Amino acid sequence: MSTIDPAGPSASRVAYLWWWMLGGSILLAALVLLLLLVALFRRGVADRETGGHKRVWIVGLGLAMPIAVLMVLLGFALWIGERNLPTGPPAQTIEVTAYNYGWEFCYEDGTCSQNVLRLPTQRPVDLDIRSTDVIHSLWIPRLAGKMDAIPGQVNRLRIEANAPGIYEAVCAEYCGIGHAGHRFVVEAYDDPVPDSMMELAR
Amino acid sequence: MKALELHRELTRIWQNEPGWRGVLSSVSHTDLGKRFIVTAAAFFGIGGVLAMLIRAQLATPQSAFAGPEVYGQIFTMHGSIMMFLFAIPMLEGLAIYLLPKILGARDLAYPRLTALGWWCYLFGGTIMILALLGGVAPDAGWFLYPPLSGREFTPGINSDVWLLGITFVEISAISAAIEIVVTILKFRAANMSLTRMPILAWYLLATAGMIIFGFPPLILASILLEVERAFGWPFFQPELGGSPLLWQHLFWLFGHPEVYIIFLPAAGALSTIIPVMARTPLIGYSAIVAAVLALAFLSFGLWVHHMFTTGIPHMALGFFSAASVLVAIPTAVQIFAWIGTIWAGRPKFTLPMYYILGFFITFVIGGLTGVMLAIVPFDQQAHDTAFVTAHLHYVLVGGFVFPMLAAAYYWLPHVAGRTRVMRVGIAAFWLIFIGFNLTFLHMHLTGLLGMPRRVYTYPVEAGWTTLNLISSIGGFMQAFGFALFAIDVALQRRLGSRTRRDPWEAETLEWAMPTPPAQYNFASLPTVDSREPLTRNRDLGADLAGGRGLLGRAVGRRRETLAVDIATGTPEHVAILPGPSLIPLQTALVIGGFFLSLLAGLYWLAPVFIAAISVMVWRWVATTGTVRDLGPIDAGDGFCLPTSFAVRGSVGYWGSILAIAVSATLFASLIFGYLFLWVVAPNWPPSGQFDVFFLEPAIVTLGTLLAVGGGRAGLRDFRKAKRGCLASAGGSVLAITGLLLGALRHLPGPTEHSFAAAAWTLTGYAIFSAGVGILVQLFICRRIASKHVCAERPNEMGIAALWSDYGAGVALVVIWLVALSSAVL
Repeated sequence: MSTIDPAGPSASRVAYLWWWMLGGSILLAALVLLLLLVALFRRGVADRETGGHKRVWIVGLGLAMPIAVLMVLLGFALWIGERNLPTGPPAQTIEVTAYNYGWEFCYEDGTCSQNVLRLPTQRPVDLDIRSTDVIHSLWIPRLAGKMDAIPGQVNRLRIEANAPGIYEAVCAEYCGIGHAGHRFVVEAYDDPVPDSMMELAR
Repeated sequence: MKALELHRELTRIWQNEPGWRGVLSSVSHTDLGKRFIVTAAAFFGIGGVLAMLIRAQLATPQSAFAGPEVYGQIFTMHGSIMMFLFAIPMLEGLAIYLLPKILGARDLAYPRLTALGWWCYLFGGTIMILALLGGVAPDAGWFLYPPLSGREFTPGINSDVWLLGITFVEISAISAAIEIVVTILKFRAANMSLTRMPILAWYLLATAGMIIFGFPPLILASILLEVERAFGWPFFQPELGGSPLLWQHLFWLFGHPEVYIIFLPAAGALSTIIPVMARTPLIGYSAIVAAVLALAFLSFGLWVHHMFTTGIPHMALGFFSAASVLVAIPTAVQIFAWIGTIWAGRPKFTLPMYYILGFFITFVIGGLTGVMLAIVPFDQQAHDTAFVTAHLHYVLVGGFVFPMLAAAYYWLPHVAGRTRVMRVGIAAFWLIFIGFNLTFLHMHLTGLLGMPRRVYTYPVEAGWTTLNLISSIGGFMQAFGFALFAIDVALQRRLGSRTRRDPWEAETLEWAMPTPPAQYNFASLPTVDSREPLTRNRDLGADLAGGRGLLGRAVGRRRETLAVDIATGTPEHVAILPGPSLIPLQTALVIGGFFLSLLAGLYWLAPVFIAAISVMVWRWVATTGTVRDLGPIDAGDGFCLPTSFAVRGSVGYWGSILAIAVSATLFASLIFGYLFLWVVAPNWPPSGQFDVFFLEPAIVTLGTLLAVGGGRAGLRDFRKAKRGCLASAGGSVLAITGLLLGALRHLPGPTEHSFAAAAWTLTGYAIFSAGVGILVQLFICRRIASKHVCAERPNEMGIAALWSDYGAGVALVVIWLVALSSAVL
């Protein structure tokens, strides 16, 4: 269930972004708190009562520093966001329907499964997500960010699993009293998916 | 003995009525400010108990403490109480108590409105708490997303309690906002130009402006959802052309500015307290004012960052992401200005300073995680997880609760006239600060490990057990800290030793009065020539008490304060304020009856209460004004000023403009909703044939011209006033007739499709607005007959014209919008 133990390209890119942001944030927080500490405890320094270095505080630290940091961050994030979009043809498209309280997955071959999503590994797969009742949100933390299931519209999410295995998934949008138990699992198989496993999944 | 005599006379004029009646009829901003603060603190306690229940439930996996039904009510009410019944009213309380005192005035612009706001807040909040005790509290989350909150999935009254209770409470936010803006613009010390205002006034001005434009979208959303629940108008139902996303847009159009509405007054308190504690002036006053205004503006452009996972195209998200990170810049300006101020000064380690340092650490972390969440791909992972829970508590506790605790200790000597007794406050600080971080710091990790929000239980295998247990321990530690804080405040209130005037050696005017303050604030009103009036003249308080300022006089029972020119602060007129009155309480009761009748489903009763509210408002305005010619007043210092009845730009005029701005924002949100449904919602266009019609628009256009022309006739030539107001009322009647005919003859039933529902709602709003126009013009006719309005006192005619113009204008826009839509469909 961990977003920082990613198992697919989309989640990996976000985890990478997270570690960079964490590092940057720690540096910035350290800078601010260090300045605060010095401000509190420096005593008997000559420039007191002169109003300090107003320009450094307001223009340098208040304006220029955040603008520079944020521009870099925004560019980085936009690039990652674009790469996580469902562009290019998927290996397959799976119809997902969320409801109180379960998940139905219908595949291109016309079969459907309940609360188990079968995937091939190392292939991009698009999920077309719908809801029949209230708003839900599909989230497989180790594979990708979440996407809401909203009545009246279809939202597309691209996922891909690097390796075979079982990945837990939850509903992330509060959907009523069954919300905590509104979960499913993803089973990723190397190609070709064995028939027996297909049967099991159904 | 002049000072003592003046004190006695002014106390006679400004004191409350004796006994219980005095409690019910008080309109004093000092009393009501304290009531707001105490009531908000009580709701904070209730919200805190709910938080402890949440932590008790989540301390262990598979806990059997609360089931999902109860848990849903607990977390929904925790969020709703903390936002609407604690944070907003607390900042209103701070503003109501302090504002006239820091500006050098005797009361707020509308003392009775202050009282109405508090009663509405108390009654609305009580309804919600009673629902909680009765087990029918809202349970769809504090954001109340439909369809979950709709009739089908929440058949009980749970959602209605939220929609009606919160809207009732919001009357206090809107009225406080209007009052704050007008007070800041008009009721200042002589010569206090805008650039000489205490920095807190700028913050409160921005906050109030944001409430005026931020709350109407939520009120509209609440009305639409309540109408859908009650009468089946399908605004949010996709199968009938509605969209659940419309709710989310309207909700967050309010919900994000809301965060800054909460943060800005707290930041204002910091900008006030930090320079005093650092014993040096605040650096970058104008940069901070610019930052605050930028923050207020930007905060309206980033609501979509709560909707990054709803399937909106990535490039559109990128725009809102950029806008969201931009707010970090004005925030950084303030943070570094504060640190720079401490750097330049000689800081004192007083108790408020502890909480200020707690603020810095907490808020910086919250701000940085906020930037992370503004980043689209990261938010798509972190959204709706414990990471966001952690972030929002860092921002709101860091950015509001810690500054408010600092403010509490800073202004307690003012409220109580006493100083601290023991070091209990320090222990409370450490419990709160350590407890808070023990609850929330690692909760970021809990979220990254995949724990969603709003789950009442989680499996053992998930690996979140230890993290949650630590959070629960931290939570209970915080609770002890807050209890200790409450005890400390009570001790200081009762047992503290008497303090001298201005114990902190502060620079703002609230310290230029005896503490605890007298009901009239200042025996005479100050004239200022800088931002730090007390630094220039340490004896200012004594001078004012001795009557050596403006309006240091007591005449009859007249409550007088100074009104100034908006920009320069030059004295302009003498405002005469109303005294104690039961009308605010009675009006709040009638409004409460209206909301309760809706809650009980007795819809036939609601129009009766609307009529009763109109009667109350009529009585309210009818008890202002005068039939005597008061003539100019000698205000002292060579100023001979007219009274508010004789001028055109009185506070009533400015307040009406702001109230109309609130209404117009609601109208604009409604038009936004209508176009949004048209463009975005599925199942459009509606089936069926739509007529092209021009007769009704022509009728409404004629009515509008008559309403506007008639309302202005008396202002140009008073001899035409009586006929003018009748003509204006008649014009509004004509406009309403046209609107009704248009809707009845050409629109399908409102339950058939969201188009019809939206068009009927627009028509209903237009009829309401034009109806207000009729009432104000009939009121003017009555006031001309009673001699309250005459050629020398034209003020009310100008105000009435604003309202009838607006109503007629709305009618015109709506009928043409509906007619042209029908033609296009």
